[in-house]
Order: sequence, then C-alpha cells, then structure tokens
Amino acid sequence: MSTHRPVVLTINGRTETASFPAHRTLLEALRELGHVEVKCGCEKGDCGACAVLLDGVAVDSCLTLAWMAEGRQITTVSGLGSADAPHPLQQAFADSGAAQCGYCTPGVIIAAKSMIDRNPDPSEEDIRVALSGNLCRCTGYVKIVEAVHDAAAVMRTPGDRK
Amino acid sequence: MTRAQMPDPSGPNVRFKQLGQPLRRTDAPGKVSGKTMYAGDFAMPGMLHAKVVRANLASARLRRLDVSKARALEGVACVLTAADMPDRLAATDIPGQTGQKRLKTDSQILVRERVRYFGEPIALIAAISRDIAERAAALVEFDLEPLPGVYDPEEALKPGAPLVQGTDNCVAEHKIRKGNVEEGFARADFIVENTFRTPFQEHAFLEPEVGLAWVDENEVVNIRVSTQVIEHFRSIAEAIGVPHNKVRILGALVGGGFGGKEDLTVEVYLALLARHTGRPVRLEYSREDSFVGHGKRHPFKLTYRTGVTKDGKITALDVRAIADAGAYVYLSPYVLLYCAVAAPGPYRVDNLNVHMRAAATNNMFTSAFRGFGGMQACAAYEQQMDEIAKRIGMDRLELRRRNLLETGEPISTGFVPPSAIWTDRCLEQAWAALGEPTPSHGSLRTGRGVAVYQQSYGRLTFLHDSSEAWVGVEVDGTVVVRSGVTDIGAGQASALGQIVAEVLGVSLDNVVIYNSDSAVTPLAGTTTATRGLYMTGNAAKRAAEAVRARLVARAAQAFGAGVAEVELAFDKAFRVDAPERSMSFVDLVKLCASEGIHRSELAMFRAPFTDFLDPETGQGQAHPDYTFGAHAVEVSVDIETGEVRVLKSVGAHDVGQCVNRAAVEGQIEGGAQNGQGYALSEEMLYREGRLVTPSFSEYLTPTSMDMPKVQCILLESRSGIGPFGAKGIGEPALTAVAPAIANAVADAIGVRVFEMPITPERVVRALQGR
Repeated sequence: MSTHRPVVLTINGRTETASFPAHRTLLEALRELGHVEVKCGCEKGDCGACAVLLDGVAVDSCLTLAWMAEGRQITTVSGLGSADAPHPLQQAFADSGAAQCGYCTPGVIIAAKSMIDRNPDPSEEDIRVALSGNLCRCTGYVKIVEAVHDAAAVMRTPGDRK
Repeated sequence: MTRAQMPDPSGPNVRFKQLGQPLRRTDAPGKVSGKTMYAGDFAMPGMLHAKVVRANLASARLRRLDVSKARALEGVACVLTAADMPDRLAATDIPGQTGQKRLKTDSQILVRERVRYFGEPIALIAAISRDIAERAAALVEFDLEPLPGVYDPEEALKPGAPLVQGTDNCVAEHKIRKGNVEEGFARADFIVENTFRTPFQEHAFLEPEVGLAWVDENEVVNIRVSTQVIEHFRSIAEAIGVPHNKVRILGALVGGGFGGKEDLTVEVYLALLARHTGRPVRLEYSREDSFVGHGKRHPFKLTYRTGVTKDGKITALDVRAIADAGAYVYLSPYVLLYCAVAAPGPYRVDNLNVHMRAAATNNMFTSAFRGFGGMQACAAYEQQMDEIAKRIGMDRLELRRRNLLETGEPISTGFVPPSAIWTDRCLEQAWAALGEPTPSHGSLRTGRGVAVYQQSYGRLTFLHDSSEAWVGVEVDGTVVVRSGVTDIGAGQASALGQIVAEVLGVSLDNVVIYNSDSAVTPLAGTTTATRGLYMTGNAAKRAAEAVRARLVARAAQAFGAGVAEVELAFDKAFRVDAPERSMSFVDLVKLCASEGIHRSELAMFRAPFTDFLDPETGQGQAHPDYTFGAHAVEVSVDIETGEVRVLKSVGAHDVGQCVNRAAVEGQIEGGAQNGQGYALSEEMLYREGRLVTPSFSEYLTPTSMDMPKVQCILLESRSGIGPFGAKGIGEPALTAVAPAIANAVADAIGVRVFEMPITPERVVRALQGR
C-alpha cells in the first residue's frame, strides 16, 4: 500500500488537513472529511455527480487525486450557499422543480456555476453542452436547463452577482 | 356496467387554495444546498466496510471455496459464505405485501453450490476500510465448474434445455380469452402479423445501492438503506431468522428508484454482517456492482396477429409473448400479468386471445422497472397499429380513433375502469402540439410518430393493498404528517404535505413530513406500482379530514354556526357566509388543545380487494384503475449514419388532478428521457450471461445533448380514485414514449426496425434490407 502523507486542502474557504495515500481520490477524501454533499455515482468520470470547482473550474472529483488538489481552492455545492441563504442557482433549482431525486443536483449546479462564470449569458445550447457530462435520470433535463437559464439572468443583475 | 349506465365520472372544475400549483417541494432546499443526507452519507463509530464477492460465470457449480486467506488479512472482521449460515432463503416475491401467501420463488442468499447468473454473490466481507475489504475480496479463492447454460428464453423452454428453475424453466404463464378469435379473424378483411422485440434495460439511478446496518441495545437490527420498500423488514427478518419486530428499516431520501430498489438489494447482506460482527456495517455498491446487482427490465418477444376490416375496425387479436425472466423468478409473474392485461392497449377488442410465458435463463434476473410489463405491451401494440394503418391505407390517428376505448367500456379483462378514459383527447392534443413539421434536408429525414397507452396505478387488487398515515396539529398551529412512504425523487413526501395543507387550510411551509421509518411511521405500503399518491395520498387525506372535522366542529360552536358554514383556509377558520367571523388557525388549535379535543388521527386507506383473475380466461379485476394518455415525437434520421435524433417530444396525459404541477411535469419529462434511452441508445449486451456494458461509458442513457425540450400537456378529468380525483403518473409518463419514437423512425425512413433499441447499426441494416 502506498504511504500516507498529510495533505492540506482548502475546502469552501476553510483549510483542512488530513493524511491520505497517493491513490486517494479527491471524491473519497472530501467524503471522508465529511463533505458528503459531494456524491459518488460511478467513480469513472461518466456521471458528473461528484463535480466540484477546482480554482473555479468544474472537475470530476473522482478523477482527481487528493494530493493534486493541494494549494487549490475546492468548492462544493455547500460552498455556494445554504438552504437559508441560497445561491441564485440553488434558488432557481428549488423553485423550478429541477431537483427530483436530487442525487445529481450538487454536480449539476457546480457544472452550471463553472459555465456561467465564463459565459454569463448562455444560450440553451451553451447550457446543454456545459451539462452534458452530468447524467440525470429523473428530469429529462427540462427544468434543469430552465433553472440554469433563470439563475444566469439573476446572476447578471448587478448586486446579485455571486 | 355498460356505457349507458355509467355516469360521466369526470369531476367539476373546482378551485383549490394550493392543490395543483407548482409549489416548491419540501425536499427541494435540502437537495439544492447539499444538506440532504442520503443513505450513503451516514457513518457510525467503529463502522466496518463491506464488499460482495461475485461469481464470474453465469452457469456453474461451486467446487471449492476457500476464504482462509481473506479471513487472515489484518483488518478483516468477518467473511461469510453459505456454509456459515443456515440454509435460509430471501424473498423475491411481491415486496412488502401484507399477510398474503408468497409464491415459492425465494432465492439463495449466497451461492451454496449452483451459480445461476453472472455476478451471483458467493461471499460477504466486512473490514475496517474499503481498501482492506477490496483486498480481502481478491484473496477469496473459488473454483467454478462451468455447466451448460441457456441464454435465450425460447431455447430455455425447449425440452432438454439446461434447467435453471423448476422442471421446465417456465416460471410464469398467463392467458386471456375473450370472445371468439376464430370468428373475428373470419370477419377480417386484413390480417396483419408482426413480431416485436424489446430489450433489457438498466434503471441507472444515479445513487448506487447503499446502506448502513447496526444492532442496537434491544437486539433490533437497524438498517438505513436506499430503498423503495421499508416493508422489507419482514422478509429480512425471515431471511436472517429473527422476529419481524427485530428489524427496523430507516429509509432516507432515495437517489432514484424506478423499480430497481423495489426488491431487496444490500439489506440482507448488511443484516448478516452486522449480526456476525456486532459492529455497524456499511455497504455501498460500485456502479459495476449496481449493473450486475439488481434485476433488469424484462426483454420480451411479442407476436401480434390482428384482424381488421377495411374500414379500420379491429375484429380479432391474438398475442403470443415470451419474456426473459433471467436466473431467478423475482417479479416475473406479475410483470407478465401486467403485460397480458395491457396486451390490446386502450382499444376495443372483443375477440382476444393472449398467451404469455416467462422463461428462466442464465441471464441477469429481471424484475420491476417503471412500466412493469405494460410498457413492453405498449411497445408492441402501438407499433402494430401503425403497421395496420399502413397495410390498410388509413391515417394512423384515424385508425386509432375508430378503436379507442371510451369511458365506461371494459378493458381486456372485462373490467370497467371507474374513471374517465380520455385517450382520444390526449392523442389529438399531443399530435397537434408537434406543430409545423421540420423539413427533411440532405441525408436527414424527418418523421413523426405517436403512441397511446393504458397503464395501471395502484397494486394488483388481489394483493389486498392498504396504506396508513398519521396527521396531527401541534399547539403552535404547525402540522405533522407521519407516513412510512419512501420518497424516491418524485416528491412523494411533499405531495402528502400539500394534500394535508389543502385540507387543513394552512400553507405548505407549516407542514413537516416524517417518512420512511418502519418502526415509527405508519406503514404506507411501498413506493411502487404508481401507488404512492393514490394510496398514501388517500390515507393522508383521510387522516387530515378527520382532524379537520373536529377543528371545524369547535369553530362552528364558537361562531354559532353549522359545520357546513365553516371553512378552514389561509391559516384561518371563518364563516363562509360571514368571513369577518374568523379565528386564526393557531387560536383554534390552542382552544381545542385546552379542551382535550383530539388533534391527530391515524387513518387507513384500502384499495379494492379482489380475488385472482380467472386462470383460464384472465377475466376479472386486476388493478384499481388506469391512466390513459399519449406521447408524440418528431425525429430526424440520418440515412447515411443511421443516427436518430429526437427533435420534439410531447406527452399528453389525463392525470385526473395535479397535486403539484411541477412534480407532474417532472414525471413526464423524465419519462420522456427514460423512454427515449430505451428506444434508441440503452443497450445491455450479454455474452453467455456476462454483461459486457457495465458502465455509463458503454450503457448510454440520454444526456442533456440528446434530449429535446419535452412538452407536457396535462388534462384533468378529476375522475381518478386518488385524492381529489388524481390518477397516477409515475409509470404512465413513460409507457408510450418508445413506440412513439419507433413509429416516427419508421415514418422517416419508410421501413420499420422491429427490435429496440433502434441503434444506428439497426437503422442502417433496415435501410439496406429495404
């Protein structure tokens, strides 16, 4: 077995230190540290349920090694907002019924955030391309695409930008 | 009852305060913020991690099993094999049923001697970490002696075929006989015969099977698990040899079910390991485990022979079908029954002969999947309708119009559904919504297709289904609903809140729903068979109405009015004829509490109870009621590559009454997606029983790039037997999607692909054979 070494991770703005072996994925590490809002769907990069922002860019945490995330900003869906103070994406997903079983939702919201930060006024096609690595089995993506579109509009409004 | 005697069951256009609106579901804030704890998100001190060791052949005899090296590995707490436990079986029959006798179909928990399918569990491991559990699994040594297997259900039913189950591999058979088919065919101007094939399908819920079990201070085995059926505590108790009241299932919000978490999954393994180790044990399936670890949708081969007159009247129908049950029986008899009942579709067929069989093979076992046999029937009867129309030279919609059942007419089993049959309206509206046709250009040919359906909601009535719910009002005016219902993502819990809030005249924000705990929430039955809203919704409504009656009686007394003159709405009680005479809901509740008026109710709702259908004729009542509707699509087919794209997708359904409009639309939109994958891209390839497509890289569920913007048309006849006239929509949303797509492809290229999924390879082959 590979040797463990201490790893310093910056998760949702807070620094956490833990010891991990070289083969430990960021998904496993985050969940071991209690960030269970990051979901495991396939561990192969097929489904996108485990997506997190790494320095603002969505990545599959199951394809990222914990050691490689050191020194970088990791953001999970819980880092965007909370049930009491939701991010516009979270608000739009809740209001429009875009979360059904909800298991893909954390990854979908992260992928949408990553896209909107680069493309604040996305077309429907832009949204569909950006979410194409996130599988959902419940919604047909209809309300997800609507919610991302609505949230992008809110985020373009001065003062509400997150 | 004949049509003439039956009054129009559709209800008036009533005004609700909040029912039917697209309210934000109670589960939404937690899910979007990452706060919701799914079954896999819980951990306990001293928790062990489990792993299942599986057979790597589909038909074999276990010659040697040596777990000594695995047991010796440091950090391994327990390795269990069949030799370590009494020869008990686990139930595979209708999950969660109450008191009814089970079929003799229970299966072995771990392989004792015979391996019947690829991936059948051989040993269970519990270790202090997942890494160690996986290393221990690799240290389990076993020798499997290959045995002749059978992988084709037709071959399985031939004399001399390798035996998988019973004496002839036939695990279920169902017949329907009505009228006289010979006479019917004699009166026909045309006889159209076709054979349609439908595939295996994987549920592909995003959350793989997962659970956490521990034994508590009362020797109760607690299992927090992702399941559709908390009532499994009974069969788990029997499988591990303890009384029913010593197993408790705590559900969690489920990350997708679709029927794939209706049977037992990880529960028995967890219970055994927790009892053997005395420690909490967590078991989470990998995606590959999930692909080989739960039953699939039954593949069917259906042969339809239809007699029809030149003016489009169906005179006779003969249906023969065979389903692949896989290695164990599971729910095959019921899936087959659903398929047989649905065989003629929502059409008037007076002369009907249906004969269906399900055969055991060494393929993966098949069981519940949203649509449950009714979907496979629809795939056949709706493609057959298009083929008939083509043969007799009639418009496809016109042929359907001339044969559709109307309200008050009997279905295949002679049973008259108690609700309205609005298939015709759904058909017209779905078709019209396709709008202007997209022109063909270059190698892209566009085509359109439509399919109508009949799909039951509620369990088979001979299972004598019931559901309980508890509603209570706290002294601060907040409302509590307790129901065992599992919420698998459709908003099952939130819908109960909305129903209770409507009855008590409070806002949904004032209601909290406690659900899916077999020890403390009243058992609601299961979240299966599109029964959740119908059964549990009725139970919750009944409980809320009893509480309401007592509150209203007290308010009437305070107002000096009759109870009929008092309304509860907008968090108030008031006189309908003099709204200024009012009292806040909170004050009314406090008043009742101070006087000892009972502010809660436990209610039970019972579905119709019937006997089994006549075994020879299949006549009688099979289900409580049916949902009817239509799905229409427009596709483009690239005749050079064979690629099919869905351009437009419209579902039109009579849902009876929406409870939460957004949730209803969500079912239809998701159904459109699931049906599209089934029709076009989702292919489970088995080689001698071994799945060679066990990941989302190979098994292609539709992505955001594949799906069009699905359009929903909701009709509300208010005639259903669910709360407020609701019908079920979970399964019905999916039923007609695949044949609509198949019909559109045939329309586009002028030739039909008779086997799903309609992959580019099959399209090109069909074009070459034209």
